Amino acid sequence: MAPRPAVQAIGERHRNWRRIQDRLAAGWMRLAVASVNSIALLVGLGLLFKSWPILAQNSLVHLLVSSDWHPMKGSFGFYAFIIGTLEVTAIAMLLAVPVCILSAIYLSEYAPSHIRELVGPVIDLLAGIPSVVYGLWGVIVVVPAVRALGKALGVATTGYSLLSGGIILAIMVFPIIISVSAEVLHAVPWEARETALALGATRWETVKHVVLRSGLRGILAAIVLGFARASGETMAVLMVVGNVAKVPSSLFAPAYPLPALIANNYGEMMSIPLYDSALLLAALVLLLVIAALNLAARLTLRQIERGYEQ
Amino acid sequence: MRWRKCEEAIFKVLMVLSLGLVLACLAGIVIVVVARGAAALNWQLLTQTPKGGYYLGKEGGIANAIVGSFWLALGATLLSLLLSLPLAFALQREYTKQRTAGVTRMVLDVLWGTPSIVFGAFGFVLMQYLRMRASLLGGILTLTLVMLPIMTRAMDEVIRMVPLELKEISYAAGATTIETTLAVVFRQALPGIITAVMLAFGRGIGDAASILFTAGYTDYLPRSLLDPVASLPLAIFFQISTPIREVQQRAYAAALVLLIIVLVVSLGSRLLSRRFSRHILR
Repeated sequence: MAPRPAVQAIGERHRNWRRIQDRLAAGWMRLAVASVNSIALLVGLGLLFKSWPILAQNSLVHLLVSSDWHPMKGSFGFYAFIIGTLEVTAIAMLLAVPVCILSAIYLSEYAPSHIRELVGPVIDLLAGIPSVVYGLWGVIVVVPAVRALGKALGVATTGYSLLSGGIILAIMVFPIIISVSAEVLHAVPWEARETALALGATRWETVKHVVLRSGLRGILAAIVLGFARASGETMAVLMVVGNVAKVPSSLFAPAYPLPALIANNYGEMMSIPLYDSALLLAALVLLLVIAALNLAARLTLRQIERGYEQ
Repeated sequence: MRWRKCEEAIFKVLMVLSLGLVLACLAGIVIVVVARGAAALNWQLLTQTPKGGYYLGKEGGIANAIVGSFWLALGATLLSLLLSLPLAFALQREYTKQRTAGVTRMVLDVLWGTPSIVFGAFGFVLMQYLRMRASLLGGILTLTLVMLPIMTRAMDEVIRMVPLELKEISYAAGATTIETTLAVVFRQALPGIITAVMLAFGRGIGDAASILFTAGYTDYLPRSLLDPVASLPLAIFFQISTPIREVQQRAYAAALVLLIIVLVVSLGSRLLSRRFSRHILR
């Protein structure tokens, strides 16, 4: 017996409603995908738009290599700030990379599973500490320590220096470098290790010749991620690095990285012509360089992941 | 042979020392902040807003910063959730071609790695364009930019793990895509989604560089979305740089409060996600 027309109509309406619901949801989701991609584009374009006035007056190369920083006179050379950023990041990487790689090898190859399960969350915790808290700790602990070290070495320093910034940044990049490289090493196929062990290699030799070699690209990617993170870090560095707009002359001299420059001068920039444009250009340069580094590292990691899946 | 064993032993010691150093740094930070903060913390500090002469060491507290931070992080979490959840669902193969999804994931990863000062600068530009002053709303919008990629990528990781067979059963029973997504995928991924939200909240509440120019700073509690608002990270930043001892003490106390919030959120997300994983089919 066929259903009565009224029941049929209700069924029809119900089915239509479900279909409409499905379409609406799909539309909302497409919108979300489109909007996040356009947000990324918009951030870049917005900064480019605002930094256009200064780019119209000076060439980008000139701005990047000139060390003449006198906003009042209209000259904006970023050289000292770029060198400051690079040096403070380089110090951080020199300090952090050996520690991180050794820790990652230990976690991936030697640690018993209960230690690995304990250390993982602790490292996540380290990653979650706000950067102002790192900065505060730097002011309380690192700066006086560096001042004391300077005194012991006979260098006059306030402690607010390149070295302090580097130490704080090194601690801040520990979590990302350790967790990414431990993951990469752990993903190296076990058969490769077993082959080496079966040939009579010690565990360390296996690590050195097999695991590290096949994990090398991944570790490089982890280091690049750490570098990108360190070079964009603002508050913690700003609090300990001294902020003097000069190319630092020694480890104990103050520096002035780009992010700190942006953060420190926002309040007053509106009253000086082109100042805001210059600072937003600095933000744009940071964005592009860091995005490129992140992109390269992430693509490498994704490629490695795919390689193991096959 | 002896040298080979020796080399291994040396490196093993180095490894343990390295890991010990990493853990010691964490312990050092927590211990110093707790010790300094606990000495400076008192009830008045937590419940009062700054009074006259506060920045010279007189009466008052950091309630303005605590309340402000809470509103900022809560607003940004809700706003990010509104975008993140559909976005994370949309990255499934039912909705988006895997090529587009791959590109979007890459964009999110790059946004995740972008320094928050860049978002702060962009937020400021946007607010100038919209003729907005530094305000709670501006802070929330900027903070959303920081939190969105974190939340979405964390959700995406768990949503991808939902087994295809489970979804196929639902489709075979005649469910539509959205019905399957809500009834099966959402349920399965719920613990991970909660973790993602709390992770983003924890990162958001501690972020200073993004709200430095967009949220402003004030001694009062916010009355509307358009009022400027104080925040804990900025309270720490501003108060540590004064030469007055009493004011510095308050920076330590604010840091302790912030650290406690972040740790509680982090531990809480672990506990909650365990609690909600009871409904998961494995």
